[in-house]
Amino acid sequence: MELISFGDNGWGDELFVAALMTIAVAITAMLIGFLFALIFTPLKLSKYKILNLVANSYTTVVRGVPELLVIYLFFFGGSSAIMYVAQIFGYYNYIEINAFITGATSIGIISGAYSTEVFRGAIQSIDKGQFEACHVLGLKKYIYFFKVIMPQMLRLAIPNLSNVWQITLKDTSLISVTGLVEIMRQSYIAAGSTRDPLFFYSFAALLYLILTFLSMKLINRLEKNYSRGY
Amino acid sequence: MDLELIITIFPKLLGATLITLKLLSASLFFGLILGLFFAILRLNKNKLVRGFAYGYSYLFRGTPLLVQIFIIYFGLGQIEYLRSTFLWIILKEPYWCAIIAFSLNTGAYTSEILRSAFQTIKPGVIEAGRSLGLNKVFIFTKIQIPIAIKQSLPAYGNEIILMLKGTSLASTVTLMDITGVAKFIISTTFRPVEVFIIAGSIYLFITFLVHNLIKYLEKKYRYQ
Repeated sequence: MELISFGDNGWGDELFVAALMTIAVAITAMLIGFLFALIFTPLKLSKYKILNLVANSYTTVVRGVPELLVIYLFFFGGSSAIMYVAQIFGYYNYIEINAFITGATSIGIISGAYSTEVFRGAIQSIDKGQFEACHVLGLKKYIYFFKVIMPQMLRLAIPNLSNVWQITLKDTSLISVTGLVEIMRQSYIAAGSTRDPLFFYSFAALLYLILTFLSMKLINRLEKNYSRGY
Repeated sequence: MDLELIITIFPKLLGATLITLKLLSASLFFGLILGLFFAILRLNKNKLVRGFAYGYSYLFRGTPLLVQIFIIYFGLGQIEYLRSTFLWIILKEPYWCAIIAFSLNTGAYTSEILRSAFQTIKPGVIEAGRSLGLNKVFIFTKIQIPIAIKQSLPAYGNEIILMLKGTSLASTVTLMDITGVAKFIISTTFRPVEVFIIAGSIYLFITFLVHNLIKYLEKKYRYQ
C-alpha cells in the first residue's frame, strides 16, 4: 500500500496526475475526432463520387492501419512536416511540437474515422420524411440541421459514440511510446524505479477499469436524456 | 518521396509480415477456443459461473491491450515461484507472452460475439431438435454452433481486423513484426512517410484479404 501512498514515498500523487493526463488526452482526442467527423461525414453523404472517395479512403486507411503506426508517423514526422510548412512562410528555426499535441492529434485522427462512420450511420437511419418535411416547411438550413436532424441523430449516435469513447480512452495508452506521462508511462517509470512491474501495471489496469466504468455510467445518463419520449 | 528507399525497405517489411501473421493466427486460434469456452459459461444457469465469465470479458475489454501485454511480460516474471516451474520456459519468451496476451484479449471479445450469437438463436429451433429426440450434445454441435457461426461472421471479421492491428503492440516487447521493423527503419533513416506508406499498405492488404474472406464465407453460409 505504501507504493501508492501520496507524497514523496509513494507514487499515488504521480499516478493521480497521470490519470488526469489520460482523461485530458482522451477528451482532446475525442474533440479533434469530432472535428474530423464534422468535415468527413458530409463528404461521405455527398452526391459527388470524388468527395465520397476522399472520405472513404480516410476512414478505410485509418481504421485498417495499426494505431501505433499512426502515432509513429506523427511522432517522427510531425515536427518536420510543420517545419516544412513554416519554411514556406520564411520561418527557419527548429520547431518542436510537444508530446501532448502529437498524441492527441494522432489519437484524434483515429477516433475521427470511427466517429465519421457512426455519424454517417446515424444520419442515414433517420427517416427520409423528416428531411422532406423540413423542405416542405421551408425551414432555414440552420434550424433544419440543429433543431430537426441533430437531436434525432444524437439519439441514434450516442450508443455507438460510447464505443468510440472506449476505444479512444484505451488508445491513449499507446501515446506512452512518445514519452507523454499518462497512466502507462507513469506506471512504466514507477515499475522501473521500484522493480515492481506486476503491482504497477495491475494498478494501471485498475485505473483504466475505473475510468471505463465511470464513463459508462455517465454516458448511460446522457443516453437516457437524449431518448426522452421514445 | 524517395523511391530508392522504398525499394530497399519493402523486402524487410515483407519479411516482418511473417511474424505478424504468425502472431495473428496463433492468437486467433487460442482466442477462438477461449471465446467459445467462456461463451458457453455465459449461458450457464449458475450465477457464479456466469459472473466469472462476465468478469473475464469485462476485465479484458475494459483495459488497454498494452497493459495486458506488460503485465504478462514484465509482471509475471517477477513472481519467484513461476520462475521455477516449467511455465517459465514459455513466459520468458516475448513471443509467447505476446500470444498469451493477444489470445486472452481476443478471447474476451470473441466470447461476447459468440454469446450474443447464441442468444439470438430462436428457441423454436432448439425445441424442434428436442422434440425430434436429439440429445443435448447433438443439438449443440449440429444446430446451435452452425447457426451461431453464421450469425457471428460479420462481427468476427471485425474482430480479426482489430486483432491484426493489435499485433502491432508486439513491437513494444521487442518483437520485430511489421510495426517493430517500421519503427526501427524510421528511427535510423528519419523517413517516416515512406515507411508509413509501405507498412500501412501491407496492413491494408491483409485487411482487404480478411474482409473478402469473410464476405465469401457469409455468402457460403447464407440460408438457402
